[in-house]
Amino acid sequence: MYKYDSYDQRIVDERVTQFKDQTERYLAGELSEGEFLPLRLQNGLYVQRYAPMLRVAVPYGLMSSIQLRKMAHIARTYDKGYAHITTRTNVQFNWPELPQVPDILAELASVQMHAIQTSGNCIRNTTTDQFAGVVPDELVDPRPYCEIIRQWSTFHPEFAFLPRKFKIAVNSHTKEDRAATLLHDIGIKIVHNDAGELGFQVYVGGGLGRTPIVASLVKEFLAEKDLLTYLDAVLRVYNLNGRRDNKYKARIKILVKALGVEAFAKLVDDEWQHLKDGPGTLTLEELERIKGHFTLSNYDTLANDEAVFTKQLAENKAFSNWYNRNVSEHKIPGYAIVTLTLKKLGTPPGDITDKQLDIAADLADKYSFAEIRSTHEQNLVLADVKQNQLFDLWQEAKKAGFATPNLGLLTDMICCPGGDFCALANAKSIPVAEALQERFDNLDYLHDLGEIDLNISGCMNACGHHHIGHIGILGVDKKGAEFYQVSLGGHSGPDASIGKILGPSFARDEMTNVIEKILSVYVEQRVEGERFIDTYRRVGQTPFKERAYAKAN
Amino acid sequence: MQKLINHTSILEDNWVFLETIESSVPTGNVIIPGSYWLENKEALISRQDIGIWLDSDAEPDSFIPEIANLPLIAIDFPAFANGRGYSLARLVKERSQFRGELRAVGDVLLDQIYFMKRCGFDSFLLKDGLSAEKALDYLSTFSDPYQLAFDQPSPLFRRKS
Repeated sequence: MYKYDSYDQRIVDERVTQFKDQTERYLAGELSEGEFLPLRLQNGLYVQRYAPMLRVAVPYGLMSSIQLRKMAHIARTYDKGYAHITTRTNVQFNWPELPQVPDILAELASVQMHAIQTSGNCIRNTTTDQFAGVVPDELVDPRPYCEIIRQWSTFHPEFAFLPRKFKIAVNSHTKEDRAATLLHDIGIKIVHNDAGELGFQVYVGGGLGRTPIVASLVKEFLAEKDLLTYLDAVLRVYNLNGRRDNKYKARIKILVKALGVEAFAKLVDDEWQHLKDGPGTLTLEELERIKGHFTLSNYDTLANDEAVFTKQLAENKAFSNWYNRNVSEHKIPGYAIVTLTLKKLGTPPGDITDKQLDIAADLADKYSFAEIRSTHEQNLVLADVKQNQLFDLWQEAKKAGFATPNLGLLTDMICCPGGDFCALANAKSIPVAEALQERFDNLDYLHDLGEIDLNISGCMNACGHHHIGHIGILGVDKKGAEFYQVSLGGHSGPDASIGKILGPSFARDEMTNVIEKILSVYVEQRVEGERFIDTYRRVGQTPFKERAYAKAN
Repeated sequence: MQKLINHTSILEDNWVFLETIESSVPTGNVIIPGSYWLENKEALISRQDIGIWLDSDAEPDSFIPEIANLPLIAIDFPAFANGRGYSLARLVKERSQFRGELRAVGDVLLDQIYFMKRCGFDSFLLKDGLSAEKALDYLSTFSDPYQLAFDQPSPLFRRKS
C-alpha cells in the first residue's frame, strides 16, 4: 500500500496545525458559526443530533493493521467504543468532542491518516473496487490512479470551494463494477485502446441524491499521462459553469444535463487543449513511483483446492456456507479473498466496536499481509488469505461476529446512520434495517432468495444509496411522521440503473410486511437461476406494485 | 477599516472602490465595475488610473482578451464559500496578457487567502475587522503543496528530486 514520504507527512502534519488553529479560533469566538462550518466540513466534521461526527478518510478503502488499531484506539478513547464504516469506505466516529478533534487528527497523522475533504463542497475520497489488485479479470490495479488522484485533489487551491460535493471512482475490472463507478460525478474506467495502450474512459455527471442519474461518457479514450490535466479541465468547467444559486441543482450532473453531453464534452475538451501536455502531465517516473507502492504481496507458491481444504469444505456445512457466500476468487492459486461482514443481527449495518477493530487488525496480521479493506457495502475485506488457512480464519471470524454468511444477500444491507444520529435525516433508518434483519433471519430462506441489494437512506441525500438498491428504501417526512418510500430495480453494476418508486410511502411498522410481499412476488415469478433484479427487469413493476398495495381481504 | 496586504506586507490602499458609476468615471485611482469598463472601453483605455472589478459571475470569454493593459483587476468574493473566483483568477493570470495587480475583495477571510495566493492573487483586501498582521501568517499554511498552480508552475512530483 502507499506509504507517505516526508512531503506527504508534512502536508498532514500542517493540516493538524491548521485545523487546531481553526478550532481554537472558533471556540474563542473569532470565527463565526457560518465561517467555521465549511472549514470543519472539509475536515469531515458534522455537527449532528447529539455530538459532532468525525469522518476519517480511508483512501480507496485500504488500511494497514496499524491504522486499524488506531481506529480502535480512537473509538475507545474519544468515542463510545465503536465506529461506523461508510458507503464511501471511510470510518466515522459518532461521539467525539469538538475540542478533542485536533488531538484525534494528530493521532491520525501519526499513522499516515487524516480527515481531509471527507465532507464539504470539495473533491472527496476516491473509491474503487474493494478487490482491486487481487481479483481475476482486472485490467490493472486501479489503486495507483486513486492515489495519484488523492494527491492531486488534496487541498487543490482552485477547487476547494466548488458549487457542491464532488466524488470520483475508478474501476478497472473488465466484467464487474463493485465501486458503482457510473454513479459518481466522475467515473473512470481503465481500458486499453485499439493500439493496446492503457488509458481511461471518462464518464461524468452520475450521482444519487435528489436527482439520481447514471453518468455519461465524455471521453472515449484518455491516455494514462493525461489523467490529471483532463481532471483539471473537467473541474474547471464545473467550477466556472456549475450553478451556485440552488444547492439542489449544483451538482455537475445538472450541468451536464443542462448543456447536453456533447456540448459539455466540448467545453471540457476546449479547456483541456490549454492544459494538455503541460507540466501537469504525469511523468513516467511518477507513475512508476506510485505503482511501486502497490506491487504484489510476497505470495507462496500454492495450488488451488488442496486436499485438506477440500475435506474441510466437504465435512463442515457451516464452513462451506460461509465459504460459498463470503469468500471470493483470488487471482493467485491457493489464495482467497475474504469479506468480513458487519451485518450481524442486532448491529446497525457497518458498525464495528473497538474490540472488533482490534481483532480485525490481528486477523489481518495473521492471515493477510497486515492489510485490510473497507467496502462501500460497509463490510471489511481480507484480500490475501491462503485457502488452507480459511478454516482457522473462519473460526476466529465467527467468534468476533464477522462471519455471518450473508454477503450480497438481503440482510447484507447498506444503511446510513439515519435519524438516530444524522441531523439531515427525515426518518430513522437503523430500526428499519433491524426489523428486516429480524424478520429475515432464516439463512436457508436468505440463501434461497439469493443476491439482493437492499439499501436504506434516511433522506434524499441518499448516503444509503437507496436509488441503486434492487430494493431501495427512503425515509420521508409526512407531516412530522416518519414514512418510507420503496423503489425497485436499482442496480450498481456495469449495467447500472436507478430504481423506480413503487408508489405512496408506508409507515414504519408496515415495512417488513411490504418487503415480504415484494419478495414473495419474486419467488413466485422467478425462473430458474434468475436473481431478483433479473426477474424484476423481465416482469416489470406492476406485479410487485399490485401485491404491495393489495387491500387485505 | 479594511486592511490590505500583499504576500509579504501590509499596504496602504491607493485605490478607491466604486460599486457603480453614476455619470462619469472620476480621476485618480479608481476601481470600476468590469461591465461598465467593457462598455466604455474606447473612451477609458488610455487612462492608467482605472482598474476594474469583476463580480463572481463574470464570463471569462468577455474580458480575458480585453484586459492586457489594466493596472489592477479585483475579483469579488460575494461569500467566501463561493469559489468561482479561484478559477477566474487563474484565467486572468495564466491566459491573458494582464500584468497588473490582481486583488481579492469581498468576503476575504484568513482561511482562504492561502488558496487565493496559489491561484494568482497578489493582494487581499481583508474583510473588515480582520488583523493584517495575523493574515500574513495564513499565506503559508502549507509549505509544499501537491498541485501546480499560478504560484508554483510545477506539481510536486516534478519538483521532488
